[in-house]
Order: sequence, then structure tokens, then C-alpha cells
Amino acid sequence: MTETIGYQRPELVCPAGTPAGLRTAVDAGADAVYCGLQNETNARNFPGLNFTPVELEQSLAYAHARGAKVLLAVNTFPPAGRFDLWRDAIDLAARLGVDAVIVADIGVADYAAQAHPALRLHLSVQAGASSPEAIRFYCQEFGVKRVVLPRMLTVAEIAALHREIPCEIEAFIFGNIGMMAEGRCSLTNYVTGVSTNMDGVCSPAADVRYEQDARHTLTTKLGPVVIDRFIRGESAGYPTICKGRYLCSAKKDPYYAFEEPVSLNLSALLPDLMRAGVTALKIEGRQRSRAYVKDVVCAFRKAVDDLMAGGDAAFASLLALTEGRRETEGTFRTKRWR
Amino acid sequence: MEIMVEAGASEVTLGPVLFNWAPERWRDFYFHIADEAPVEIVYLGEVICSKRAPLFEPHLEAVATRLAAAGKTVVFSTLTEVMSKLDRKLVESAGSGDLVEANDASAFPYLQGRPHHVGPFINVYNERTLAVLARGGACNVCLPVEMPAAAIRTLAAAAGRLDVTVEVQVFGRMPLALSARCYHARAHGRTKDSCQFVCENDPDGMVLSTLENKPFLTVNGIQTLSYDYLDLSGDLATLQDMGVRRFRISPHSCDMVAVASIFRAALDGRIDAQEAHAQLEALRLQAPFSNGFFHGRVGNRWNWPAMH
Repeated sequence: MTETIGYQRPELVCPAGTPAGLRTAVDAGADAVYCGLQNETNARNFPGLNFTPVELEQSLAYAHARGAKVLLAVNTFPPAGRFDLWRDAIDLAARLGVDAVIVADIGVADYAAQAHPALRLHLSVQAGASSPEAIRFYCQEFGVKRVVLPRMLTVAEIAALHREIPCEIEAFIFGNIGMMAEGRCSLTNYVTGVSTNMDGVCSPAADVRYEQDARHTLTTKLGPVVIDRFIRGESAGYPTICKGRYLCSAKKDPYYAFEEPVSLNLSALLPDLMRAGVTALKIEGRQRSRAYVKDVVCAFRKAVDDLMAGGDAAFASLLALTEGRRETEGTFRTKRWR
Repeated sequence: MEIMVEAGASEVTLGPVLFNWAPERWRDFYFHIADEAPVEIVYLGEVICSKRAPLFEPHLEAVATRLAAAGKTVVFSTLTEVMSKLDRKLVESAGSGDLVEANDASAFPYLQGRPHHVGPFINVYNERTLAVLARGGACNVCLPVEMPAAAIRTLAAAAGRLDVTVEVQVFGRMPLALSARCYHARAHGRTKDSCQFVCENDPDGMVLSTLENKPFLTVNGIQTLSYDYLDLSGDLATLQDMGVRRFRISPHSCDMVAVASIFRAALDGRIDAQEAHAQLEALRLQAPFSNGFFHGRVGNRWNWPAMH
């Protein structure tokens, strides 16, 4: 059967925002979970999320006992003078025996490769490596074994890329669309003074405001900046700058200048992605609820298993789990989206 | 102890034109810079969209020759985002040029082992990253625009030990984000592939305003810039004290010879911070100034130099 379907069994990589979330994802059938520490070393540095060193150790035991891998995201950019925090995260990962660390910063990758040569390195989407040349640089310099691809390539481009690089590919299949090239966006810092790259926070909750007027129109703000407005009955999205509505000279009415509030859903493209040589399928959403994680992981677990058994991937609708109940295949199916 | 700053050690550099200017205007701009602007280094090349590169190509040699003849060092800047065959070809061809500024890791394989610059679109935030890049031949690093002063100070000291020059953007709209999608095309109901170069209508980018009609951001193809113009003229002495030696002004449609002259005069101590800022204000740019990132605050905030 394997010869006819033409692809390897992919690893399903699932989000673990908390220890409870990790157990949920593992129980739902995740092959691997990814998580971060409770500090600036990872790109989801939100209050109430992430792991203490002790929780990480316990979670590793839980996952490993059930055959699941744990990947630690150390995927932000330490500013000069603060490297120790990131160095400690790498040392901890090596000491506890995580299955891989996901790095973005050249200095952090270099430290990990030098200090812990046996530690497996994955290149984070935050590194923004989108060409064979860029990916090969990280493989050659730091021994990176897998690249998490930016959400900016078509499946055909991924297949071509696969043939030109010496490492595995991990691709996002579900969750946030990630409009801006990650690791290269300072929009949050521009209005809140908190840096996505250095502090690991995009659109921090502390700067988010929801204001309702007498007519029940809801205005969402980030810092002092109006991101969007919703009339009564419309469901309001979380105010991130790249999902807001703006005015420009080319348009009569306010419009989503970057992207509508939609989620990425590549369930229909799963076989194509697997045939393109994608080794790992990544579900986004460490900040989402356990119920969400359970539903999404279960759906994709079944889909992957069905495909591997030679059948079709029959999806129960995931639309209810998408942002604003809208979904997109982003750049993946056609270049026309760009 | 008195710190002696070597006379003429501070250089004004001109970053690459980020926008899609008409080719003749682009050429004439650089001729003007070559003849009149007190800048030491000029970065040339299309860094935002590989589709634009052929537009400037016919004038590139004449421009580079004229700049070099005027005593400017010419550095070829590479693309910030590299995906397509065309993108990759453009990076490869720049890689064979003389002195190159890498703006994406895609350029590194072509530059390893020979002296090159690293642009502000590559994340150099810390000493270890700097050391790795220096090992590969980097001799000049222009820091990301969101770097706060404290980190710049530490990094500049490390750079000194590695014999790497540190460069900091001090003027112009701040690059804030890159994307796969062309927002210029999108605003006009087109896609990146069918754009018909609509970005040519906006020589300083297309302004996005909030629903309250407050100008907020600027779109330049796949790039998002600040609406405000960065002005670090009030912080030059601090930057010099940190060991920063190169000060980058980013080209806009305003009088860039005047901008260069203002920064030259301020760096030489011929005018003070207030005077430099006043002279920049007199250029009547479309948008206000900000300098918040450097001061470790909200990026679009303005802090009067006298206040720190």
C-alpha cells in the first residue's frame, strides 16, 4: 500500500500551551507536541501560558511514556546583554532530554550546536528561511535537521524546495494564517513598546481594549490605535494589527488591508503536502483552549491515519474552530492569493 | 577620561531606495546624490520586489560608476524576501558583485569568506549572532530598527572587538514588516503577479489610516513601514559615544541632499540637536517624527532630545 500512496507517514505536531494542554494533545493522538518556557525565550510569551522547568520535566515523562515527542520552542531573538536567559533555556532542553529545540536566532542556534552537539535543532518559522540557500545555510552552520516553513509558499514550491535542501520540512496545516513574515515584524512594538522578536509577544493582552458605544458598536484597540469596529451582532476579532480594517486612498471604504480575520485550513491539501515531501504537519494554537486542541488534533489524527491506510481524509467540519468561521488555504494552493 | 572621536570617523550612509520610483527619476536621484550629498556609502539595489529590479537595471551601471567617481563607496543590497526563481537569481547575481549587503540569509552562501555587509532585515540582536556573522566575513552590520539603546551599546562594544562596523538607521520611515502578499496590489484589487506595478504611484509608500482617519502605517508592496519618519538626529552624540560609526538615512522623495547635509553637520558638531531637528522639520515632510524604539519605548513616540 505504501508504494501506491507515495508518501511517508507524517508526524503530527501539535500545540501545548500548558501542561494540561500537552496531555490533551498527546491523548488526542499527537506524534509530537511543541511548547515554550514561561519567559521571553518563546514567541507565545503570554500570561497564563507555557511551562516551568519542573512542568516541562513532568510533561516530557508523560509524553515519552506514550510515545510522543516534545519540542521546545526557543524561538525569539535575545537582545545584546540578555543572552543568558536563552542560553539557560537551551541548557535546560539538553539536560531534560527534549526531542528537539526550535530555534530562530543565529546566536542561539550557534550556542546550541556548540554546547550541545547531540541536541536536535529545528529551524523556527521565526527564522523566515524561505529559500534553499537560506535553509542550507542553517543546516551547514548549525546542523539543523528540520525547517518549519514560512506560510508563503505553494505546495508546488514546497515540493521543489524539498528536492534542494538536506533537512526535513515541517509545514503549518491549521490555525493562524500568520500574515507577516514571522521574525521580521515590529508592528506590535511600534504601538505598544513590546517587541514580538525580543519579548515573544504579538498584540499583548495588556494593550488590548474593547470599547462599546451607545449604539453597541464595538471598537477594538491595540494601545491607542483603533484596529477594527464591529456593529451589533458582528463577532469581534482579537485586535492584531495585520487583521485590522483601515482606510487608504485607493479604496472608498474601510478594508482589511492585509487579510480578513480568517484561519488557515489545509485539510483538503493534506495528501498533496505529504506527496510534496513534508515530514511534519504543524497545528498552530498554543493560546487556544484544551477543547479546541482536542477537536483539531483528533480530526487531523483520523485524517492522517485514513490517508496512510490508503483511504480518503474525511474531515468532520473544522470551520467551527476557525477564526470568524472563515478559512483560507493562503499561499498554499495558488500564487493568486499573493 | 576623555574619549577622542577620530575626525571624520562618523559616516553618513544612504540606504537603498525602498520604493518603486520611475527609472529616470531613480537614476537622476543618484546622480544628484553623487554630485552633491555628503554621504560616504550608498546602498544600491532592489530589496523589496524582484519584479521591480529589471526597471532599474538599465541605469544601474551608470549610477554605480557616477557614485564611485564621486568618491562614494557603493554597496549592492540584496532582496529581503527570497522565494521564487526570479528572487533567487537576483540574489545570486548580486552575490557576484563587489561589496554586497545581505538582507536575507539566502545571500550568505554567496558571501561566506569574503567581506560583506549585513542589512537591517537580518536579525542581528546580540553578540553571539554578530560573532557568527563576523566569522563568515561580515564587516558591517546595520541593526534592526527596533533595537533599543541599551542593546545597541552592548552590541557596538562587541562589534568593536570583532572589527565589525555598526550602522544604525537615523532617518526615514521605519521598516516594520514583510509579507508574502503584495498589499499594494491587494488595495487595487490585483495580486502580486498581476500588479501592473501599481506601487509606482506612491513614491513614499501608500498611507493606511485607522477607522478614526488617523494616518498609521505605510504600505510598499510586500513591505509595511511606519507612517512616522524616524529622526535620531538628537541621539547622534549618544550613538557616537556607543561606538556607532555609520548613520543611515533612508531615501524619500524629499530633498535627500538636504537631509544628508543636516546629519553631516550634526555629526560634525556644527549644529546642535535642536537645530538639526528644526532643519528636518523645515523640510515639511508628510508625517511627524518619532524615535521611540531607540528610547526603549513605543516605536511611534517622539521624545525630545533635551529630555534624556
